[in-house]
Amino acid sequence: MIGNDRLAVRKTYKLYVGGAFPRSESGRTYAVTDAKGHFLANASRASRKDARDAVVAARGAFPKWSGATAYNRGQVLYRVAEVMEGRHVQFCEEVAAGEGLSSGKARAAVDAAIDRWVWYAGWTDKLASVLGGANPVAGPYFDFSLPEPTGVVAVLAPQQSSLLGLVSVLAPVLATGCTAVVVTSQERPLPAVTLGEVLATSDVPGGVVNLLTGDAEELGPWLAEHADVDAIDLTGAPAGRAMEFEREAAGTIKRVVRPPVTEPDWTADPGLSRMTPFLETKTVWHPMGV
Amino acid sequence: MSVFEYAPAPESRSIVNIAPSYGLFVDGEFVDGTGEPFKTVNPATEEVLTEVSAASEADVDRAVRAARRAFEKTWGPMRPADRGKYLFRIARLLQERAREFAVLESLDNGKPIRESRDVDVPLAAAHFFYHAGWADKLEHAGLGPAPKPLGVAGQVIPWNFPLLMLAWKVAPALATGNTVVLKPAETTPLTALLFAEVCRQADLPAGVVNIVTGAGDTGRAVVEHDDVDKVAFTGSTEVGRSIARAVAGTRKKLTLELGGKAANIVFDDAPIDQAVEGIVQGIFFNQGHVCCAGSRLLVQESVHDEVIASLQRRIGTLRVGDPLDKNTDIGAINSAEQLARIRELSDIGEAEGAQRWQPACALPERGYWFPPTIFTDVSPAHRIARDEVFGPVLSVLTFRTPDEAVAKANNSTYGLSAGIWSEKGSRILKIADQLRAGVVWANTFNKFDPTSPFGGYKQSGYGREGGRHGLAAYLKGADQ
Repeated sequence: MIGNDRLAVRKTYKLYVGGAFPRSESGRTYAVTDAKGHFLANASRASRKDARDAVVAARGAFPKWSGATAYNRGQVLYRVAEVMEGRHVQFCEEVAAGEGLSSGKARAAVDAAIDRWVWYAGWTDKLASVLGGANPVAGPYFDFSLPEPTGVVAVLAPQQSSLLGLVSVLAPVLATGCTAVVVTSQERPLPAVTLGEVLATSDVPGGVVNLLTGDAEELGPWLAEHADVDAIDLTGAPAGRAMEFEREAAGTIKRVVRPPVTEPDWTADPGLSRMTPFLETKTVWHPMGV
Repeated sequence: MSVFEYAPAPESRSIVNIAPSYGLFVDGEFVDGTGEPFKTVNPATEEVLTEVSAASEADVDRAVRAARRAFEKTWGPMRPADRGKYLFRIARLLQERAREFAVLESLDNGKPIRESRDVDVPLAAAHFFYHAGWADKLEHAGLGPAPKPLGVAGQVIPWNFPLLMLAWKVAPALATGNTVVLKPAETTPLTALLFAEVCRQADLPAGVVNIVTGAGDTGRAVVEHDDVDKVAFTGSTEVGRSIARAVAGTRKKLTLELGGKAANIVFDDAPIDQAVEGIVQGIFFNQGHVCCAGSRLLVQESVHDEVIASLQRRIGTLRVGDPLDKNTDIGAINSAEQLARIRELSDIGEAEGAQRWQPACALPERGYWFPPTIFTDVSPAHRIARDEVFGPVLSVLTFRTPDEAVAKANNSTYGLSAGIWSEKGSRILKIADQLRAGVVWANTFNKFDPTSPFGGYKQSGYGREGGRHGLAAYLKGADQ
């Protein structure tokens, strides 16, 4: 792509909050290296204030995103896959560098990440039929139950799998109609920022996804205790800190997804397990014949 | 007041035979607990009904070990169809002994016999009947191809619906192949102990159901026991928080059914007479000791005066008194402690500027009583508009537009239930969609059924009880 005699224009990697790409308000950055330790870029190191701003953006985006039709949400998620496909080469380079993968393995990870968006895109308008239904109560009432998004979900993304792992925890949150505040892999944050650029150009409304690069150990407690966060996914919580974050989350009765013992195989079929924790069941009763 | 006087119509208490003291039910036997025994009283008379053993940590440990043995040796390996048959037996035994359970419940809890007889006990039996059928059909529940039980469930239940909450907890746990250690509330242990007798009559294998009586310490021992795989709690949000903290970082699966402050929204196109009945049912059912009680009435401004006048007229006909009298609408407050809380919050309501209204009604001299109460001129910032009173106290707020109604209804840390009163179908569906609450009753209130999932949004808890959804709480890997 880049001619031999041309000096490359490097990208500044920033946060993605409320549909914009700000630097951390704290002004902090940290050096990101490839798997061999060579400098790649300076990433923004998000602060507590950035995390709070992200929650405000996610809360603000929730009514519109959760109120969109399931068909519409499905098309938006599919659009993310389409736009990612156009950046395939860039994602492969970033994943290969950050995770130290061969180009073949990096390509497989990127392919799987794109396909995961497609998979979740197809779920949006099926969840209510699969998870809801009519309840045959013993009386003259029409009674039905439907799944609804729980609200703002904080996600501590996997530390190892910087793109496929990230998409695997983010796409299900969006498929349910929730909005997300994501703390990316700390050491491998670059594919996440590029994903933010994809999201910004894929009809995903600003604020629906907010991506914070930085330290989950620093940001986790603030998100776990934040009163306007409804659920927290601790998948990428730093070793030994998940229990403390879960305790913090108890203060506001957050829905909690506990971390796996080791980072899972992200190529496996996820089933419903990453959507149901972020869905509430609403049951509605109405008399019949009165 | 009333046009006709009622003659007393007391239900006989001779059908129940309360022993002078009770032990725990562990491994199929009644045994003495090693904790400090406590007395349970009839809240309508303050009469001591009996003395009950308290389970110490060691007793809870024995109960958990019994439950583990039963899970591994009898209940776990049993053919699912046979597990179902035991549950059918229990359902039938509850029906056969329904009157006895109803009278005992009213004595220990203070709720009117009309409710224990027509709601609590029949619904408890229905829960066992419903879940019995699931026992050999779990692979069809949409919760995975071969759903597996978790193991031992530790369950802690409140005093407002003692037998019914037991049924909500025990029936799904057993149907999915788990065994249980259940702690009833310390002010209402008696129907749980009578249920233990039913388990014996059903020949339920020893250790499948264990009942450990006691107060908060006993509950903590159940929740924190290392060999418990699942914790299910119904009660206050405050205790729910501490339980969520206690199980953090463990393998224990947790479901919480906590407090509420339900909005009951009356639009100007509502059938007012029906709505007034629903408001009364919403807040005065079970003395308002209901987590999903319709405790915040939101009335559209244009019908406010009409609704309040009609409501006051209706409340004037409610009969407060002897829970065993079949004419009684409102029984006794469950405990002196709860009565003090209701009084305190009501006094704060007045101090903050809301207008208290209570009907002229004579209360019995002994026992714990609080008259049906409504507060008007309530603002959303008032404590009585935000805190769960858990008593017969209704806060009335007003709104002008549907959007304002929804905004006010959702302005709560709770999200358990809500009510909508309107004759307009499309309005009901739109508002029901916008309310952040787990159960929405439209043109009705406080209806329950074992087939219908129940549980909260936000700080009203997580997980559902009842229906296909409720099974997930007791199965491995099934998050929904």
